[in-house]
Amino acid sequence: MSQSPLIEVRDLSISYAFAGQRTQAVSQLSFSLAHGETLAIVGESGSGKSTLANALLGLLPDNAHIDQGQLWVDGVDVAQADERTRRQLRGRTVALVPQDPMVSLNPTLRIGRQIAEALLLARGRRYPEVDREVLALLAQVGLDEPALRARQYPHELSGGMRQRVLIAIALAGEPRLIIADEPTSALDVTVQRRILDHLQQLVAERGISLLIITHDLGMACDRADRLLVMKQGKLIEHASPRQILWGAQHPYTRDLLNAAPAFVPRRRPGALPGQAPLLRLSNVGKRFALPGQHAHFTALHDLSLEVHAGQTLAIVGESGSGKSTALRIALGLERPSQGHVEFAGEVVSAFSWRQFRPLRRRIQLVQQNPFAALDPRFTVFDSIVEPLVSFGLLKGQALERKARELIARVQLPLHFLDRLPRELSGGQRQRVAIARALALEPEVLLLDEPVSALDVSVQAQVLALLDELQRELGMAYVLVSHDLAVVASMADQVLVLRRGQVVEQGPAAQVFGQPASAYTRALIEAIPGHSRSVLPVAV
Amino acid sequence: MTIHIPLTPNDTASAGVEARPAAGWKRRTRLQRAWQTLSPLLRRPGFSLALLIVLFALFAALAPHLLSHYDPYATSPADKLSAPGLEHWFGTDELGRDLYTRVVYGARLSVMAALLAVAIALCGGLGLGVLAGFAGGRVDAALMRLIDVLLALPGLLLALAIVTAIGFGTVPVAVAVGVGIIPGFARTTRAEVLRIKTLPYVEAARLGGASWARTLLRHVLPNAWGPVAVLATLDFGAAILATAGLSFLGFGAAPPAAEWGTLIANGRHFLITAPWVSLLPGLFVVAVVFSLNHLARSAEEHAR
Amino acid sequence: MKRYLTGRIGQALLVLWGAYTVTYFILYLLPGDTLAIMLSASGMEADGLSPEDLAKARAYYGLDKGLFEQYFDLLWRALHGDLGQSLSLGRPVTALLAERLPQTLALAGSAIVLSLLAGVGLAYLTAYVQWRPLKTALARLPSLGFSVPVFWMGLLLIQVFAFASGWFPATGSQGLASLVLPAITLAIPSAAVYAQVLHRGFQGVWQEPYITTAFAKGLSRAQVQARHGLRNAALPLLTLVGLQVGNTVSGAVLVETIFSRNGVGRLAQEAVLRQDIPVVLAIVAVSATAFVVVNLIVDLLYPCLDPRITHTAKVN
Repeated sequence: MSQSPLIEVRDLSISYAFAGQRTQAVSQLSFSLAHGETLAIVGESGSGKSTLANALLGLLPDNAHIDQGQLWVDGVDVAQADERTRRQLRGRTVALVPQDPMVSLNPTLRIGRQIAEALLLARGRRYPEVDREVLALLAQVGLDEPALRARQYPHELSGGMRQRVLIAIALAGEPRLIIADEPTSALDVTVQRRILDHLQQLVAERGISLLIITHDLGMACDRADRLLVMKQGKLIEHASPRQILWGAQHPYTRDLLNAAPAFVPRRRPGALPGQAPLLRLSNVGKRFALPGQHAHFTALHDLSLEVHAGQTLAIVGESGSGKSTALRIALGLERPSQGHVEFAGEVVSAFSWRQFRPLRRRIQLVQQNPFAALDPRFTVFDSIVEPLVSFGLLKGQALERKARELIARVQLPLHFLDRLPRELSGGQRQRVAIARALALEPEVLLLDEPVSALDVSVQAQVLALLDELQRELGMAYVLVSHDLAVVASMADQVLVLRRGQVVEQGPAAQVFGQPASAYTRALIEAIPGHSRSVLPVAV
Repeated sequence: MTIHIPLTPNDTASAGVEARPAAGWKRRTRLQRAWQTLSPLLRRPGFSLALLIVLFALFAALAPHLLSHYDPYATSPADKLSAPGLEHWFGTDELGRDLYTRVVYGARLSVMAALLAVAIALCGGLGLGVLAGFAGGRVDAALMRLIDVLLALPGLLLALAIVTAIGFGTVPVAVAVGVGIIPGFARTTRAEVLRIKTLPYVEAARLGGASWARTLLRHVLPNAWGPVAVLATLDFGAAILATAGLSFLGFGAAPPAAEWGTLIANGRHFLITAPWVSLLPGLFVVAVVFSLNHLARSAEEHAR
Repeated sequence: MKRYLTGRIGQALLVLWGAYTVTYFILYLLPGDTLAIMLSASGMEADGLSPEDLAKARAYYGLDKGLFEQYFDLLWRALHGDLGQSLSLGRPVTALLAERLPQTLALAGSAIVLSLLAGVGLAYLTAYVQWRPLKTALARLPSLGFSVPVFWMGLLLIQVFAFASGWFPATGSQGLASLVLPAITLAIPSAAVYAQVLHRGFQGVWQEPYITTAFAKGLSRAQVQARHGLRNAALPLLTLVGLQVGNTVSGAVLVETIFSRNGVGRLAQEAVLRQDIPVVLAIVAVSATAFVVVNLIVDLLYPCLDPRITHTAKVN
């Protein structure tokens, strides 16, 4: 006996009114979702996927307007329903697992109470077994020591644990549909994988439908029964993962597929023999003294690496692995507790800021967050030429010429020199940051998560730019990232860090092809698209 | 096999960018950019009205004789305590002086006093805040203790102590109020400096070879300016209220000077028979301070 | 935890000492001729006295000692409860304060309670109301609240409620009825500050993702605002209450003057008018003490409200 679909969307159009203008967020969308099915909606920013999720929950903001269409959830047309009816659906029929677990829990209420709230809402009133059920739920979502966790506050739990609590809250109302909003953005790769596996298992056990909202095509192909690809509010493609991967119909889908850095390590000529390394860290260790405590926190333990001209060394690690500390030590922003740093043969770890300053022309940094890396009051021109002005190298006409040259090099149009950072997109800002780093013509460029804050299609472009610049200028790169796919496409040498310890080190082909440590293998397996061997993964 | 993705400029905000001649760009001046940000604010009726009121008060402070033809000190017993009307817009006080004129002339004393107070607070507070935020460590801790001490002394009482010591009058009142506002400025400036100091672009500037002086002047101060400017406007209003309060208590300029606080204090005796003598000057003060607050808030909301 | 406690108390004492010292220096150091001021406060003229009399007066006021000696002498006596003698009234300052303090405490206490109720109530209402025009009007109200001079507001209230309608007495310090108008007048600026900060807090909190989580559970708007919004938005209020002690004391001076109440505030005004230095010093010292004590209590209470704040360092 076939059931009617849980969700049925017909010709749905939603628009936003903002400052007197109307923007279309969703245009004439139609799809359906059956009971127990897992559907993924894939799209980049601005595709309308979040608007759709909000609409399903009945949580559209005041300035959003459903222009036309129907949105049937379990027999109720949410588009026409009043707030009362919508509220009945939330928690009991449709539940949400929010995007960022670090900020999605009320910081002033205990965990147990927040879960109990969801349980009580579902039943409608207080009942004596609620505490027991809270503990049972906590155990089901995989938290250890449920009794302890229930009494704790959110800030006492790690990100992964908080995500599990949010899943518990979603399950509390025994919903028919769970909407998982960007479930892979905020956490480390290995943690994400475990939690998603667990979620899928719980959902399968109870016959709950799962709607995954994501920008990650690989992950969507991994886990969903069907995929919907959206772009600027319109449905581009609707197929099963297999169909999409082996024969995507629409050029946009194919672009998305190509842009996702496929896990293909590059084959480059090895380092020229006999060349001295430009940058070398020898047995570097770093300990931080914690305020008010006697214990020390070891950020790095016995790290040794070498960087040669024209080569890329990638440092891979999850959060807390010490990779950013390593960069800061290389730049002279921190002094190592042990070991030393050599730049072009000179030992620089003991240098004062003043002594280091002349070397700054040869080693530069591109920071992680393009949205905060540019002074909001400086035009692009001012930002790009600032290092030249600080060192007093060029003035007047020569300065303007150099600015033109730099902006052309990062492939941005000339008139962008006049713009302010708030008038640029993330990818454009990152290019400006790269141009600024190139101004002094450095020999070594340190890149701290250069593309993690950008959309997938933009990531590919920025990475290609970096690749081209390396070939033209012969710079050495030290690339820090948590994203193995990004690393694989760029690195010659790879170093894997875990909690300050070097877990594995060597040429990229070797580390990825025959990983020696279990941790590296876990990282590789956690790459979306790797586990089901659906994406072409060539090692 | 390397990945080669041809770079298409499709992540530019404007689609279809044509190649322009190399010499084609011209820097927009700061003034043009400032005008572009300011003009949408002026279109709002509330903002423009508030701006007009504040400009009126400033104008009254600078050239009161252009706004009224009466003499603020000329007594006319025959007209005493007459209600507001066409001849005397705000009515007259117990000596027959035109109240509107006295309010307008009083602007000079009151507004100047408030300006002086804010100037003192800005210099002291900015200096302390920048020093504390930038230097950090022990200097910061010591300066913050100093600020705590100043905060522990309630504004009016500190002002009272200062006027007890140096005497009454408009300038002592202004100095007293100014010193009382310093902690607020110092705290706000310090918080802003601390916030900006850790931002990536400051680090980038330092890594690009900028000296501390350059970083402070070109990056930290211009970006810290916003909240400080808002606070300065709000405190200008608070200073007007505080100086009026002190002159109400009798510590301002001696009569027959027409400070706003003194005007209101004067009318206290005639509250039953002629309430306008106290209430109308007060209403004017409320209008000016409310307009200042509105300007500050609108600017803050607009910047966000 | 104990170390933190002793540290905070030590800090508080340091600030208190600093406040006393600063005031002392302002009152005794800034004036051109402290002796002349003190003499005129006592009703005498410096010019009319012979040099021997001047010397005697100087010794009497303790001005013949060195600067630091005089300071320590005053401080020592203050710590023992002897705040000196009022120059204009000829009575011990401690006695004066003891007489007037209850009035001011009653006024300040009721003003603080009223301002909290009004401020929180207004902010809650502003956040709850959905209709745009009313919401905007309510949001502007606090701004009006701190644009109004306290003393003018008092006069207005007297005019309307005492003279015109006769509901409340215009002056006097007796009885509950005479407390109503002064307390309301004093409460208004603080209420405006609380309403403003809490409103901003609500606006900020409303954007937080955990509000979405709360809605997604199926809570109604009122429930979300009460259970999740208020708790988080109200956090800065506690610190504010501590800071507002200073403003309340300042306001009390003005309010007591207008309503002719017999409190410490009016005592301060009279003392300044007569340049009665010991009284001014004593009053400032006492209010500084009040400020420091209240803020210390607030600081220690904070972790009870915000579990993220602990007094020991956390390892992440």
